[in-house]
Amino acid sequence: MSALNRNILALREMSPEEIQLILDQAQEMKEILSRPIKKVPTLRGKSVVTLFFENSTRTRMSFEMAAKTLSADVTGFSASTSSLAKGESLKDTILTLNAMKADAFVIRHSASGAAHFIARHTSARVINAGDGTHEHPTQGLLDMLTIRQHKGTLRGLTVAIVGDIAHSRVARSNVWGLTKMGARVRLVGPRTLLPADVERLPVEVYTDLRRGLSGCDVVNILRIQMERQDAGLFPSVREYAQTFGVDRSVLREARPDVLVMHPGPMNRGIEITPDVADGEFSVVTEQVTNGVAVRMALLYLLLGGSNDAAGH
Amino acid sequence: MRLVIKGGRIIDPRNGLDTVGDLLVEDGVIAWCGQHLPDAMALEGDVVFDASGLIVAPGLIDMHVHLREPGFEYKETIESGGRAAAAGGFAAVVPMPNTDPATDNRATVEFVVRRARETSPVRVWPTVAATRGNENELMSEIAGAKEAGAVAVTDDAFPLQSAELTRRVMEYCATFDLPLLTHCEDRTLTRGGVMNEGLVSTLMGLKGMPRAAEEIHVARNIRLAELTGCRLHILHISTARSIELVREAKRRGVSVTCETCPQYFTLTDESALGYDTMVKCNPPVRTAEDVEAVRAGLADGTIDAIATDHAPHAAHEKECEFQAAAFGMVGLETALGLVMTRLVRAGVIGLSDAIRKMTVAPAGILGIPGGSLSVQSPADITVIDPEERWTVDPESFRSRSRNTPFAGWELRGRAVATIVGGQIVHGDLVRAPRGRVRA
Repeated sequence: MSALNRNILALREMSPEEIQLILDQAQEMKEILSRPIKKVPTLRGKSVVTLFFENSTRTRMSFEMAAKTLSADVTGFSASTSSLAKGESLKDTILTLNAMKADAFVIRHSASGAAHFIARHTSARVINAGDGTHEHPTQGLLDMLTIRQHKGTLRGLTVAIVGDIAHSRVARSNVWGLTKMGARVRLVGPRTLLPADVERLPVEVYTDLRRGLSGCDVVNILRIQMERQDAGLFPSVREYAQTFGVDRSVLREARPDVLVMHPGPMNRGIEITPDVADGEFSVVTEQVTNGVAVRMALLYLLLGGSNDAAGH
Repeated sequence: MRLVIKGGRIIDPRNGLDTVGDLLVEDGVIAWCGQHLPDAMALEGDVVFDASGLIVAPGLIDMHVHLREPGFEYKETIESGGRAAAAGGFAAVVPMPNTDPATDNRATVEFVVRRARETSPVRVWPTVAATRGNENELMSEIAGAKEAGAVAVTDDAFPLQSAELTRRVMEYCATFDLPLLTHCEDRTLTRGGVMNEGLVSTLMGLKGMPRAAEEIHVARNIRLAELTGCRLHILHISTARSIELVREAKRRGVSVTCETCPQYFTLTDESALGYDTMVKCNPPVRTAEDVEAVRAGLADGTIDAIATDHAPHAAHEKECEFQAAAFGMVGLETALGLVMTRLVRAGVIGLSDAIRKMTVAPAGILGIPGGSLSVQSPADITVIDPEERWTVDPESFRSRSRNTPFAGWELRGRAVATIVGGQIVHGDLVRAPRGRVRA
């Protein structure tokens, strides 16, 4: 019997207690990553299949390292090498892979809801590694873990998320995770990059960067996709950088101990200036480490046999 | 054969009739209709059907279905769709022309007419595509299609984008006295959209289709109908503001009618949460506010007709990612139950009004026979048990497809028998719950 008897599809569907459990477990996992020998036998004999229907080297590597550190066997499947190129449906792919008896599927897909769909067609545990513009729950969790490590708690903090909110699964997972844990969330961006009915989310909405950052404890800056300019959602990258790019000057609006976060990969000079990306407030590389810890925690909680923490 | 339907509640909105009485069918037409069939008119050998407790209505007409033939016979055929119609209480259906090849000229309309005659148990009134190949560029040969039997022109599934082209199509429709049935959607606003735009699309991370995309075209088409004198019918109206636009246009005397479908008075976008592709349709199911407006529009007569937009799709076209799933749901076998349960029983509209919107109203809009129980009219009759409780089971559908969001719904009210031209095409009158045949 695993400690967390469920799939991880969306933070919107999770309780504060479950999120707390994962963050606490991830904190313990992080200790393993600082050991000279980064291997514990906890998930020996468990098989994890990473299904990446959309390219993402870093998220995939992070899951693979997490699984291997816990001694699970990892098999990768990517769209380019798969039968999808031959026109096989997602359902047929999943039924085939399900028949191979994996214990868990880690899924990245360009279609919102793909992880939900897959979860309906497999008996294995499913972890959503990003589905379309819906959610990216492990990114939300690693962002929360990073904030908690610096601030001690999430409760009462003000977190501004800046950029292309409409198309961001990272933004959605952060909104749900952070608000469930008692933080206040601000969404900052031009109207063209804010989703429909955004005012009905449990957030404050700002279309002015300076006001949006005023008094913030954390600024989470989203990557701008060049295709949004082509779609006419802002006139030019240059104007975006001038109006919504985070630089040192605008960062002075935030609290003096502000944390600067970015899910990566960064467009330096567009949504974030290089000096902010590399400056004293930036915790971008810590986010990456915490990503491995969070994914270890999830695999352990979903597949592990007991509540005893790994390797103790 | 002479058939006497005795003691049912006869509801014929065309003739203002709502009375318990008898109906005599002879030689495929209604020979007598009234409170008590005179003894002198009863003959030895009449088949007598006791309809006490049942509703006897004109054969229902569904003015908006997709029968998929020719071209998509794996989804539906004129035969299977016709059987589904009969099972759902419909005596006549109006298939849309988004077939392959498109039903866009005399020959293709003739094909539909011939296949219907050969295979369909119910009447099939074809429509013709507004543009050749549904390509939104050149007008179809509408006059030839009319001669072959097309009763309306439509851009369904391929909404006319250019206002200039729409104007010319309307002028041409007016020339040949055919109504234009328009699917109102500004595609520049809905590109990539898969559901209603709003809070729920934001929660689900799905591209939305704003209500304005429909409303802009409703407003545009109403103005163009005024300009051209074309009889305009708005297909599957779904938003509060669209309905307000039609209400206002009717007040001014514009020649405009509209229909809605059961999904628009029963479902909201919240039913998509969980990524259930069965609720994906176009226009998308909207918000609670819109559902309320659709009900109000039905009640005050702004919405003239109830159709289904029966849109069959194969299992694999729905068992996939939400954004990849086909738009549409089947409706022929659930519509009457949903109307009876969610409109009539719920007190939104009266029984007679509901039947009007499924009989004489569509017949009037399209200028086709049927839709009444007038003496000497074709004996198209639907017998309804208003009390029958049943559960929607897609496995029992006569349609070739099963894509319904209503699976498992408990409904009350169902067609006991469907009669087309005096022939019983659905229902076993002997085994009907309340009916029995006496020799």
